[in-house]
Amino acid sequence: MTEIIEPECEIELAEFVRGAVASKSKLRIVGGGSKQALGNSVTGKHVSTSKLHGIVLYEPASLTIVADAGTPLEELEDELSGNGQHLPFEPSDYRNLLGSSGEPTIGAVVACGISGPRRIQTGSCRDSLIGVRFINGDGDVIKSGGRVMKNVTGYDLVKLLAGSYGTLGIITQVSFKLLPAPEKTATVILYDMDDNQAVGAMSKALGSPFDLSGAAHMPKGKNQSMTLIRLEGFEKSVDYRAQKLAESLSHFGEVEIESDSEIAKKRWKQINNIEAFANRPGAVWRLSLKPGDSPGVINAISQSREIEVLYDWGGGLVWLLTPIIDNCGEKIIRNCVNQVGGHSTLIRAPKENFTGNAFHPQSDIVEKISTNLRLQFDPHSILNSGKMSAI
Amino acid sequence: MSQIKMPLPDSSILDRREYLTAGLTVAAGSGNVITDPIETIAYECDALVAYRCPPLAVVLPRSTEEIAAILKFCHLNNLPVVPRGAGTSLAGGALPTADSVVIGVSRLNNTLEIDLPNRFIRVQSGMTNLSVSGAVSSDNFFYAPDPSSQLACAIAGNIAMNSGGAHCLKYGVTTNNLMGVRMVTMKGDIVDIGGPHLDPAGYDLLGIICGSEGQFGIVTEATLRILGKPEGARPILMGFNSNEVAGACVADIIKAGLLPVALEFMDKPAVIACENFAKAGYPTDVEALLIVEVEGSESEIDDQLKKIKRIALHHNPQVLRESDSALQSDLIWKGRKAAFGAMGQIADYMCMDGTIPTSQLPNVLGQMQEMAKGYGLRVANVFHAGDGNLHPLILFDANKPGDQEKCENFGNDILKLCVEVGGCLTGEHGVGIEKRELMNIQFNDQDLEMQMRVKDVFDPKWLLNATKVFPIGSSSSRRNKNSQKAA
Ligand SMILES: Cc1cc2nc3c(=O)[nH]c(=O)nc-3n(C[C@H](O)[C@H](O)[C@H](O)COP(=O)(O)OP(=O)(O)OC[C@H]3O[C@@H](n4cnc5c(N)ncnc54)[C@H](O)[C@@H]3O)c2cc1C
Repeated sequence: MTEIIEPECEIELAEFVRGAVASKSKLRIVGGGSKQALGNSVTGKHVSTSKLHGIVLYEPASLTIVADAGTPLEELEDELSGNGQHLPFEPSDYRNLLGSSGEPTIGAVVACGISGPRRIQTGSCRDSLIGVRFINGDGDVIKSGGRVMKNVTGYDLVKLLAGSYGTLGIITQVSFKLLPAPEKTATVILYDMDDNQAVGAMSKALGSPFDLSGAAHMPKGKNQSMTLIRLEGFEKSVDYRAQKLAESLSHFGEVEIESDSEIAKKRWKQINNIEAFANRPGAVWRLSLKPGDSPGVINAISQSREIEVLYDWGGGLVWLLTPIIDNCGEKIIRNCVNQVGGHSTLIRAPKENFTGNAFHPQSDIVEKISTNLRLQFDPHSILNSGKMSAI
Repeated sequence: MSQIKMPLPDSSILDRREYLTAGLTVAAGSGNVITDPIETIAYECDALVAYRCPPLAVVLPRSTEEIAAILKFCHLNNLPVVPRGAGTSLAGGALPTADSVVIGVSRLNNTLEIDLPNRFIRVQSGMTNLSVSGAVSSDNFFYAPDPSSQLACAIAGNIAMNSGGAHCLKYGVTTNNLMGVRMVTMKGDIVDIGGPHLDPAGYDLLGIICGSEGQFGIVTEATLRILGKPEGARPILMGFNSNEVAGACVADIIKAGLLPVALEFMDKPAVIACENFAKAGYPTDVEALLIVEVEGSESEIDDQLKKIKRIALHHNPQVLRESDSALQSDLIWKGRKAAFGAMGQIADYMCMDGTIPTSQLPNVLGQMQEMAKGYGLRVANVFHAGDGNLHPLILFDANKPGDQEKCENFGNDILKLCVEVGGCLTGEHGVGIEKRELMNIQFNDQDLEMQMRVKDVFDPKWLLNATKVFPIGSSSSRRNKNSQKAA
């Protein structure tokens, strides 16, 4: 077992980072350890945020919560649901997908920028995040944003920290704006559509006035294909919108309304957590594309590789399961994505079967800006060095 | 005399004026450069009109490539640049310095691509906010962020300031609706960030560019998320006999799980001024007025308003008036939208923009009126109550010696109070020059240093709008590094 350092508070953590600078040691940052597999592998002293624990402030009437980074996601979500509220971006739980254990922490959710199906309606993790505190690679404690919903004071470092995988700073505290949790959830289901039709139907629904909170498609496999549209809100409103949508989509084929909230919630949890690819051999990729481009890209990849896919975000997000041969298909997948624009991230693969960058290489100038940013936040390259790029 | 100090212009640039303007003309094309002092008057200030300064020159390019050529020239010659959209900034964000070139994007005003199935529009950044919605309106789509200045302000300025609007409680502000930009860096490199896909490949550069107040590059194109229009919308007007009660009503609406698209608050001075000006039929005997708007189909609207009315009735409203026609809805909004004009009729005014936790509303409004007494000035409040973004309008007389200083001091005190109670200096207007010297109240030196290091990445020479955002003392070593005046 490698030793894990678990500072008790932000000040202690900052001191520890300054010590690491002095001794030129690299650090590997861990929350609960459930998402270590994401990104490129990192070596260094393990430092954990798990003892930075607790909800610092929660004002339901202000729709805001502030929590220390090591607070378990579940604890936070329980507190919110007790007050009829939730995190709008619906963070996924990848433990089954990644075959990992550990307790997902809210800080790591932010560091990895994890957002679920509701992304298409209320935005992603960075859109709900209104404040962060973090420790940069010099060991300085930095704050950006705060605890109010509207704030343009100074640069929005908050956005930059979300999804930076610990390479710009060790996040110690996060604040979110919240939303009321829906009274009712329903799913409008369409069957037997191919990928093109499905994305077409989802686009039509997403352009309607009916305020979707999810649009996913599971292509035909052992079962017939299913295209799923989620509606959330007050009961009467959900019923009304589901009916209207079903009518407007009827020319795409058979439409069913699943109006039991519990069943619908379970269904969307499975989609959110990519349960379909859990406990299955192979590599998992995540593709971010213009929705209309997705079926073409998938078709092109499938010409030369065995793949299984799941569409979320109305087609804007594609999860792909593929055998590990040929560096997990890196070349063909990235080539196909590059044809249209967008990006691909390797989410899961046995270490020995993938060499290269889990993140999609970007234009030279964007890579250069990114490297320079990293060096401003972490001049000694000690924070999760190598996680997102060579340094 | 106004109080916000600008650094002395770089004399080595003023001395080279002729050489530099000639060079600009070559780089930009002669039809695109304005140097005539009469013609540059229009660019001497933005909507913070108390501060003015003629720039060295104004350039109005017609393409991204022209901007790249101009910036290359400026970079080579250490010539400061002030990007400009429509000049409606209330924070002095677009205020020139005497040694700077204003680069305006007003001629970049075309729609480049409308993609309804993928729900985005790509535009040149000089397009006005309203014309973006206009471009997709007949297809029943809209662009959500709706600053009150939307008829005039440009997408470029919206991106630079991360502007909000009355409907951002539900739809978010600019950063939540921006998908991509094309930007020219100070060195003259053209960079594309983001696009019609939904998340970044690596660091969220788009997130940091939005709200960077024109200090990272000149944005020439933007990809914006568009949404399907709701079936309908209807406002309800509610009057209460104290700010506290109105504030409590707002809190109860939110706690009940309702999410109106707009939740606007006006205090008594604002109600009276707006009513006198716009004749919107507002009750002038109430202490606080709320406008709550909900969206959806007729039946959804009925259902939500029923819930909202039930909550309001617990707070003994003096007035509860639901719109029953499009005409009435327009009237209800007319008063609110006329707020700035109404104030302008009464006196000169400054519009502040702090945000507070909504739980602090009654406390802050109360303290503000106390402070107003102390200063002998009047203050009226119209603001977005759902998100705590205050807009205190402080009335003063620009012709009365000392009144503007008093007004600025009062404004600063209000913003300090906002920070004290857990809020921030600016919710949507930006820092510009106006709140630059107050940044130390919200941030410590390390926080500011971290932010300035981000600017170092995008603009190592500190030539782009460099006298804004940071306290002038904090940024001086960086700004002076490259200018020859230090020598
Ligand atoms: C009556 C009135 C009502 C208002 N209401 C609101 C409101 O409801 N909500 C709100 O948020 N704001 C509001 N504002 C403030 C203002 O309209 C916004 O800040 C707006 O976004 C500014 O846009 P602009 O095009 O006028 O920008 P400008 O004033 O020209 O510039 C603003 C900033 O953007 C930078 N900039 C301009 N163009 C570029 C570019 N191409 N690339 C990089 N940087 C650039 C400038 O350097 C400057 O720092 C209001 C202003 C007025 C006068």
